[in-house]
Amino acid sequence: MKRLLGYLKPYKKEVVISPLFKFLEAIFDLLVPLVVKYIIDVGIAKGDQGKTDIFAGFGVLIVFAIVGMLCALVAQYYAARAAVGFSTDLRRDLFSHIQKFSYKETDRVGTSTMITRITADVNQLQSGVNMTLRLFLRSPVVVFGAMIMAFTVNAQSALVFVIVIPLLAAVVFTIMLKTVPLFQGVQKNLDRVTSVTRENLTGVRVIRALGKEASENERFRAANEEHNRAQNHVGGISALMNPLTLILVNAGVILLLWSGAELVQIGEMTQGEVVAMTNYMAQILVELVKFANTIILVNKAIACGDRVEKVLSAPAGQETIQTDTSGDTSLAVALCGVGLTYENNAAPSVSGIDLKIPRGTTVGIIGSTGSGKSSLINLIPRFYDATEGRVLVNGRDVRSYPIEELRNKIAIVPQKAVLFRGTVRSNLLWGNEGADDATLWAALEAAQAKDFIEAKEGGLDAPVAQNGRNFSGGQRQRLTIARALVRQAEILILDDSSSALDYATDAALRQAIRSLPNHPTVFIISQRTSSLQHADVILVLEDGESVGVGTHEELLKSCEVYREIYDSQFQKGGDEA
Amino acid sequence: MKNKGFDSSTLRRILRDLRHYRPALILSLLLAAATVAITLYTPFLTGKAIDLIVDEGKVNIPQVMLIAAQIGVCTVISAICQWVMNVINNRITYGMVRKLRRDAFEKLQRLPLSYLDSHSVGEIVSRMMTDVDQFTDGLLMGFSQFFTGILTIFGTLIIMLVIRPGIALVVILVTPLSLFVASFISKRTYSMFKKQSETRAEQTAMIDEYITNHKVVVAFGREDEAEEEFNEINERLGKCSLRATFFSSLTNPCTRFVNNLVYAGVALTGALMVIGGQGFSVGQLSVFLSYANQYTKPFNEISGVLTELQNALACAARLFEMMDEPEIVPDKSDARVLDSVDGNVDLENVAFSYTPEQDLIRDLNLSVKPGQRIAIVGPTGCGKTTVINLLMRFYDVKAGEIRVEGTDVRNVTRDSLRASWGMVLQDTWLRAATVRENIAMSRPDATEEEIVAAAKAAHIHSFIKRLPQGYDTVLGENGGTLSQGEKQLLCIARVMLALPPMLILDEATSSIDTRMELKIQNSFAQMMQGRTSFIVAHRLSTIESADVILVMKDGKIIEQGDHATLLSQKGFYHHLYFSQFSGAVTASDK
Repeated sequence: MKRLLGYLKPYKKEVVISPLFKFLEAIFDLLVPLVVKYIIDVGIAKGDQGKTDIFAGFGVLIVFAIVGMLCALVAQYYAARAAVGFSTDLRRDLFSHIQKFSYKETDRVGTSTMITRITADVNQLQSGVNMTLRLFLRSPVVVFGAMIMAFTVNAQSALVFVIVIPLLAAVVFTIMLKTVPLFQGVQKNLDRVTSVTRENLTGVRVIRALGKEASENERFRAANEEHNRAQNHVGGISALMNPLTLILVNAGVILLLWSGAELVQIGEMTQGEVVAMTNYMAQILVELVKFANTIILVNKAIACGDRVEKVLSAPAGQETIQTDTSGDTSLAVALCGVGLTYENNAAPSVSGIDLKIPRGTTVGIIGSTGSGKSSLINLIPRFYDATEGRVLVNGRDVRSYPIEELRNKIAIVPQKAVLFRGTVRSNLLWGNEGADDATLWAALEAAQAKDFIEAKEGGLDAPVAQNGRNFSGGQRQRLTIARALVRQAEILILDDSSSALDYATDAALRQAIRSLPNHPTVFIISQRTSSLQHADVILVLEDGESVGVGTHEELLKSCEVYREIYDSQFQKGGDEA
Repeated sequence: MKNKGFDSSTLRRILRDLRHYRPALILSLLLAAATVAITLYTPFLTGKAIDLIVDEGKVNIPQVMLIAAQIGVCTVISAICQWVMNVINNRITYGMVRKLRRDAFEKLQRLPLSYLDSHSVGEIVSRMMTDVDQFTDGLLMGFSQFFTGILTIFGTLIIMLVIRPGIALVVILVTPLSLFVASFISKRTYSMFKKQSETRAEQTAMIDEYITNHKVVVAFGREDEAEEEFNEINERLGKCSLRATFFSSLTNPCTRFVNNLVYAGVALTGALMVIGGQGFSVGQLSVFLSYANQYTKPFNEISGVLTELQNALACAARLFEMMDEPEIVPDKSDARVLDSVDGNVDLENVAFSYTPEQDLIRDLNLSVKPGQRIAIVGPTGCGKTTVINLLMRFYDVKAGEIRVEGTDVRNVTRDSLRASWGMVLQDTWLRAATVRENIAMSRPDATEEEIVAAAKAAHIHSFIKRLPQGYDTVLGENGGTLSQGEKQLLCIARVMLALPPMLILDEATSSIDTRMELKIQNSFAQMMQGRTSFIVAHRLSTIESADVILVMKDGKIIEQGDHATLLSQKGFYHHLYFSQFSGAVTASDK
């Protein structure tokens, strides 16, 4: 929590002013019954001579009303400023911090967690700060202030408050404490209803194919009933709040009347004082309920705060080591005994890989799912740091490059074809901010995307929806390839990025990449041997280890795993061979 | 969006839906009226008691105690009324929620796929969850608040008018001010909140996009640009959030101010009347003061309630819109139950399109004998799944007919038609349940041995064995952490268990590595033995050995025939074959 409180520092003034003025407002509220008592006991008691006193009392009430409102306005304004400023700054820093996360940290924290932290949790914190500033001081002041005032009015009669306030507090807090976890249970039930619904929508074809409509209705009914039961249960408890507090407050009023009657009879109290006492009783209830709500809100905010702080304090970024020039600079990439074990994994995902890649080479990497292909190439742009061995680019350890310099040498087409909201152009410019239209079109052409972009209204300026939803899977994939080509980097990595393309397009794409004018070193990951058979060298991975390195022909002869993969894809060819 | 659907038909319909609750609703309103009456009566009693507590030695203590007892009785009655009312309101609200959701869910089962395909899951879920909640909350809570609010206002005014019209006048004169303030603030707040939630939505969308794809952002070194864009939205959000938060927090101080004015006015006129000797007592003054204290509260509530009601109606309209969607044509009353299917499938002059403007399939004729294998090929995104949609009767043909065993599929029950097909789709779907339940979905009565046998045939048995609880392992939503390949194997096991007479296989093994696929292919081959099968295929061997190949392009079937015939036509298939499989052909030539 400490660190988050630091975000209130720039708003010191607001944090002090807001509760202070709330406090003043509460004081004015508390004084009102005294003024009324004055009107009754002094003004009315004097009869006709009391008129000036009554007018004076009225004047004071009006002044209190105005000053009270002004105090409240000041308080609300500064509370809003502090709360909104706090959350805006916090969100900015959170986003900025998350941007610095490497793949490792992203994996550790998790995408949905990061999104919830920066949206829902920060919003919760904002209203937590706001309400705390506004109510945390006001409500207790009113509750205890009312009691103190009651004592100044008449100590004996005020004993009623000493009995009623703890009882009221007990009822209010018991009900709140009991219902809060129950409401969480209701939310869980609702999640279940939602999940059954979602499931039915995503699986509608399978459900209808299997004729499961009736049994699905049953499933839903069960979840729905459960939710209904839980709702009624917690609703039944909350329904007690108003009646119980009403009984307590009115019991208080009855006690006040009783003791008032006795005390006035013996001349220990005045009529006006009795009126004032009943007024204070009424004020307490409203504030106590508000106070209980605030406490719950603050509790929630603290829980959110802890979560947010965890993300903020997660270390971000990777260490850089001393410049090193030990390697062979004619090699674009060299892997020396490289291995990678992901955090929390016992077994390495990649281990003991040795590979030397001269500039301009096309490297194929093949292997079944989970054999470590992506893990291996993620080491080159340093998305992950190798946990054993060294990765060299142009003869230098990747850890010795400034991260931006290294990444600028590499263009990658990720497995998942992701585009961002904007236009085709804005997406392509990710590859290279300074690229001109001719470069963009050339990249599109090489990526086999020229035709459909030309056909799109607006061409390069055609809009791209969030996640590129307005393009088909194959189109998205080709656009991500074009985006990488725009960079004209020394090293081009295609991570299984033609899976959504048919063979013809895939073949044309490979041809285009072979004839790129800047002759990059190319890494192609694929499950299809046909995509790789023209590569200069193919690395065959099995369970994270290299089981074969060579050309297509060599591997067919020497590598059993490769031959199996090949045969499985070209069964007919294999049979005849 | 807010005003759309704010029409009387929506309201009428809501009232009709509420008719089961009419007695409960009336009881709730009566209880609310009782509660209000007693709440207003209590200060009146208190005032009477205070009048008895005049001065030293002049207090009629037994009388005061009698009134105190009356207050006690009233309080208990009022508390009971409130409690019963709360419970009834809960029953009605939650009951409505339950009913609406159930109806909506059952409606989903009867909606045509054309509707479900064209609406996102999120949208439908939001109608069923958020809209239903908002609607019932807004309607019932809003309604009861509105009702008690109005009753309180009129009750207070009437009592005041009866006791002392003069002071009541003061209150009535200040009333418009209270209304004005409340509605002014709520109107301003509404537009500011709207702005705030729009900006917030914009920011959330951006956060969602950039954080979900953080790895791509990192790969292209776009962190700084992302931050810049974020900060721009963040600043805007900060500004409109400040305004919205501040303005919304004005309501309380401002109405409290008006309230205090009323209070002061009542104190002044009341006190003057008391000394004026017009038979107005201090006790009555205290009654008026306590009324004045609660009098403006309902105004705040009512102004909030109106927007809430409006919102509730808009939500209801959205829900009803879905409930009114045309449903699938029910099975004919004389629809036949399809049994003893051998695998004869005929398509005659079939025409189909998703939208009226653009027809996709026209004059498609195809006659499939039992055991034949039909391959559907074509470039990416050419609409191969359309054929599956028609065969499974997810969509109905626009013209012509599809016959299974000589009967038009529209004349047989959907259940029996679909039970004749086994289907494995590219989009795997598993539910949040155990592995066993997922496999047994196709045949709930299957024995343990049969389930295991199906899993073995799909080569997923040994994988399942290695899961923490084996077949009892509970999977997350849509398979949870399973890889795409593992999910597909489970879906295959599901079909292996039922083994219907005809099969539809849509790219069923696209995500499984090729050596695993080879093993599955053997099982598939076994499964297809003697079964009519439609296969959306990429694999050369499947295509070549198919009895009929349907070649699709841009959603249309452009060529049809067996491998040799199609090659000799030198048409699109010829082109496709040689460009797609040239690598394979050279390999086999060697």
